[in-house]
Amino acid sequence: MSARVTLATAGRVLRQLRRDRRTLALVLLVPPFLLTLLKYVFYGQDETFDRVGPPLVGIFPFVTMFLVSSIAMLRERTGGTLERLMSLPLAKLDLLVGYGLAFAVVAAVQGSVAALVGFGLLGLDTAGPIWLVVVLAVANAVLGMALGLFLSAFARTEFQAVQFMPAFVLPQFLLAGLLVPRDQMARVLELVSDVLPMTYAYDALARATADDLGRRLALDVLVIAGFTVLALVLGATTLRRRTP
Amino acid sequence: MLENPRRTMSTDGLAVSIQDLRVRRGGHLVLPGFSLEIRRGIVTGLLGPNGSGKTTLIRAIVGVQIVESGEVTVLGSPAGSRELRRRVGYVTQAPSVYGDLTVRENLHYFARVLDAPDDRIDETIRTVALGGHTDQVVGTLSGGERSRVSLATALLGRPQLLVLDEPTVGLDPVLRRDLWATFHELAAGGTTLLVSSHVMDEAERCDDLILLRAGRIVATGSPAELRDRTNADDLEDAFLLLAEAS
Repeated sequence: MSARVTLATAGRVLRQLRRDRRTLALVLLVPPFLLTLLKYVFYGQDETFDRVGPPLVGIFPFVTMFLVSSIAMLRERTGGTLERLMSLPLAKLDLLVGYGLAFAVVAAVQGSVAALVGFGLLGLDTAGPIWLVVVLAVANAVLGMALGLFLSAFARTEFQAVQFMPAFVLPQFLLAGLLVPRDQMARVLELVSDVLPMTYAYDALARATADDLGRRLALDVLVIAGFTVLALVLGATTLRRRTP
Repeated sequence: MLENPRRTMSTDGLAVSIQDLRVRRGGHLVLPGFSLEIRRGIVTGLLGPNGSGKTTLIRAIVGVQIVESGEVTVLGSPAGSRELRRRVGYVTQAPSVYGDLTVRENLHYFARVLDAPDDRIDETIRTVALGGHTDQVVGTLSGGERSRVSLATALLGRPQLLVLDEPTVGLDPVLRRDLWATFHELAAGGTTLLVSSHVMDEAERCDDLILLRAGRIVATGSPAELRDRTNADDLEDAFLLLAEAS
């Protein structure tokens, strides 16, 4: 691995995103829009909004970066740039970590904007530190990106890659414990949710917003990091120097 | 045009040496046992119709092709080995650059990957005559301009072997002539070039030729040799005669 190549890759990915103004606007504005929507869906039920809102600030980046990164990597594959990169002195991790850094930067901005709007304008209330919600948002974004990069290897077209969102992310969202506490779900689903990455992403956010900053939160963060590393390693195995 | 005399080859003088290469793509045996040698410091043309196996052969030389059996040695090392990633430049048939970045941004990125100095960026832009489009987004360029960006990217690291898959398709004649002049300048400077084409009039511009048909070598030699051997006036006829005889 080389810091030069990794940073150059991160810079290149950010430059590509910057050129796509509309995507950038959507990435930054959709979370605040959804939070606003949520506030008035739970009109007069501030307690519910306060329970659901803060974790969502940290979950949005997971979903966005999963989608954006899987499409971006698919384009590298179909556009021939991946084959070129694989024939150059570039380590697979240079590429993956470069993507990770770029999307972490975007997620930091996205999470901050969502937090600013949620906690500032919409009157979201949380017992825990808001900065921790933003930090977890960045960690979740990198996790979502790593999963997206890995799964994109199994999509041949952008249509397929987009369908991976409802196929892989939505079930995790349903089982994460946000909609229904996990111990109230069917036992089988609770067990399934034990091995799903977003379960730990949500749990960390729920504990952070409840100011429950103990060992369980630290464990959640470790599991998130573990899943991220695992997805990156699996992602690296899908990058082939030689193809049929 | 240079006319390189054929000489007895030592492996030192070889840029590429291939022995009994077999490649299967999509269940189809594209290269059924293939042996070949390419000399250093000249422009070798890989000529043949679409589907003759040119791209597969090129991919095997660059080391991105999974091969069934055989040996491909490039600049003294097995094809695709790590130390070759800096020494071999590869330009695919479809331009493989980022359409959403400008010409300069593309070259800047690949220069970082190759650890090439920044002044190489402007040099290569001049070489491929894209000076007027430096800050244009590649996606808005014409097809010919895009393939020149792709070519510039491969030139950045001053590779010892430059492998170009149909680099002049769709280019206007003036530009095509200029690019061929560039290829010969590079060769004069010691670079080995392997250029594929399905257009016979480009064959005349090569120092050495490999004529390929249905995954087999029909003939190799300089344009003059091939004409002499067949008593043909032009290479198109020579190719036909050689193809029928084989």
